[in-house]
Amino acid sequence: MDAVLKLADLSKDFAAHKAVDRISLAIPRGSFFSLLGPSGCGKTTTLRLVAGFETPTTGEIRLNGQRIDHLPPYRRNVNTVFQSYALFPHLTVQGNVEFGLRGSSIHSGAKKGMAKNGAGFAADRVRRVLDQLELGGKESRKPAQLSGGERQRVALARALVLAPEVLLLDEPLSALDPQLRKQVRAELRDLQKQTGVTFLFVTHDQEEALSLSDSLAVMRAGRIEQTGAPAELYRHPRTKFVASFLGAMNWIGDVGVRPEAMRVVLTPPPSDARIAAVIAATVSDTAFLGPIAHVTARLDDGSVAMVQVPSSDAPYRPGESVYLCWNTADELRGLS
Amino acid sequence: MIHTNVTRLRTLFLAPAALLMLATLAIPVVIVAAYSFLSRGAYGGVEAPWTDQNYVRLLDPLYGGIFLRSAWISLLASVGCLILGFPLALFIARSGQRKNLYLALVILPFWTSFLIRLYAWMFLLRDTGLINTILQSFGLIHAPLPMLYNQGAVILGLVYGYLPFAVLPLYATLERQDPALLDAAADLGASPLRALFHVTIPLSAPGIWAASILVFVPCIGTYIVSDLLGGSKTVLIGNLVQNQFTASRDWPFGAAASMILLAAAIAVIVLMRRSRQELL
Repeated sequence: MDAVLKLADLSKDFAAHKAVDRISLAIPRGSFFSLLGPSGCGKTTTLRLVAGFETPTTGEIRLNGQRIDHLPPYRRNVNTVFQSYALFPHLTVQGNVEFGLRGSSIHSGAKKGMAKNGAGFAADRVRRVLDQLELGGKESRKPAQLSGGERQRVALARALVLAPEVLLLDEPLSALDPQLRKQVRAELRDLQKQTGVTFLFVTHDQEEALSLSDSLAVMRAGRIEQTGAPAELYRHPRTKFVASFLGAMNWIGDVGVRPEAMRVVLTPPPSDARIAAVIAATVSDTAFLGPIAHVTARLDDGSVAMVQVPSSDAPYRPGESVYLCWNTADELRGLS
Repeated sequence: MIHTNVTRLRTLFLAPAALLMLATLAIPVVIVAAYSFLSRGAYGGVEAPWTDQNYVRLLDPLYGGIFLRSAWISLLASVGCLILGFPLALFIARSGQRKNLYLALVILPFWTSFLIRLYAWMFLLRDTGLINTILQSFGLIHAPLPMLYNQGAVILGLVYGYLPFAVLPLYATLERQDPALLDAAADLGASPLRALFHVTIPLSAPGIWAASILVFVPCIGTYIVSDLLGGSKTVLIGNLVQNQFTASRDWPFGAAASMILLAAAIAVIVLMRRSRQELL
């Protein structure tokens, strides 16, 4: 694997706690890589360490094999899309996008090209990036005159115009309203494929991470719990934390079963070698969600399980006695 | 009902301030304006008849020179306050929990009379003052440096006196700036110096304008600083006005000079406002 960015034994201690605790990661070139975790897990600090806004307590950061952890942010060929975008309010869209091309001290591809081909090259580049992000015609607007989605695209354009080795994205979708978020998510994915730039994406939203990433790392309390492709992590989580964080999980004792792998039946099914267990339960609630419905059932031992069923299935009423069953293949066992 | 009550309450609460402004600002200005069109009384004061001669006298190049010099010295003092005040305001805005302590220190000089502080400067700057004495005792100079009673001393005094008026509005704009913008500038390859000139300073424009006005306007009317530190060499409009009301006992002429000063100050504020609106 050709890793563009490598973190080795990286730590960041703050006065009160260890924000990042000896993590190691290799980000494949040209991939969409996500850091996923709850707030305070150290994912944003990791991003800030890569960008250069924080200095690591121990460990090293290598970009294309070169150590960059001692360099100030303005000498690293990585660029950030900030959570709040941090657009320069006194500059137009054009001014914001050109900012990094003027007097920057990075030896990036964009910069080298500029030195060779002069200002015409830069103007051409800005033009192309603005078109790519559908900002044509908005060049002379100030950030205050743009919509949330447009601001986000300016933040992307401003960073991508510099052709960074890695683009760092700090929860870039969290400032958008939910309607727009799904649309922008797809655009972000397309943009990554088109440009081929390596994306390092930080989020606390598992759906975002699963749908966007080529691979992802789940973080918890400053440490990486597990790294892998989305489907792999979802199907084969190594810890209960990863299993629960990537989606809803029913715990029957120490065995985990996903809501979509569980079935609800009114009579016990005929015995079948594939079936792991049949448990009696009482429906306590049903929620209609369009194509699917969630049935919540209380087990005899008092624990609660949630089952996802097609909403066309016969509606279960609260108080109804049912049986829950699932296949052995869908069980998650032995998680720490 | 509620609406009219609120309006009435608002009027009631604003009335004392409005009355005070009327009594202490508007009425005196009207009186001064009226005096400026009257004739000089034999022992001070004013007499009939109405005349425009006080303003005609001000057209004399002698007075034009005084106005120009006042404007020039005020401009230099404003620039000096900005150059010294901006780094200080930036330092305070970025010093975290100690902000309030440093702000208190900036305001601290106001607890002592400005007059006493100017005398302290005289003690430092005069030929037998502290600085000259020390330099001479170390043999660094053989004759005292002429540091007092010149234009430089006046500018020094003005910068010293009005520096807090520059620091406070500058601090207010700098403190409000989003620190993420500096991260963004560094992220986009800007060195700290480039970030200062292309992000921090442009975004401080409102504070820079406010500081300029707050220093320039009181400086152009000053007379204490030029009187004490400038000797008789540096006569400013403020001194001219003061002299007419005291030594020369020519109240109408002093009033006319005051009116011109007032007009100049208002013109500066209006012009700055306009140019700022064009910038934004």
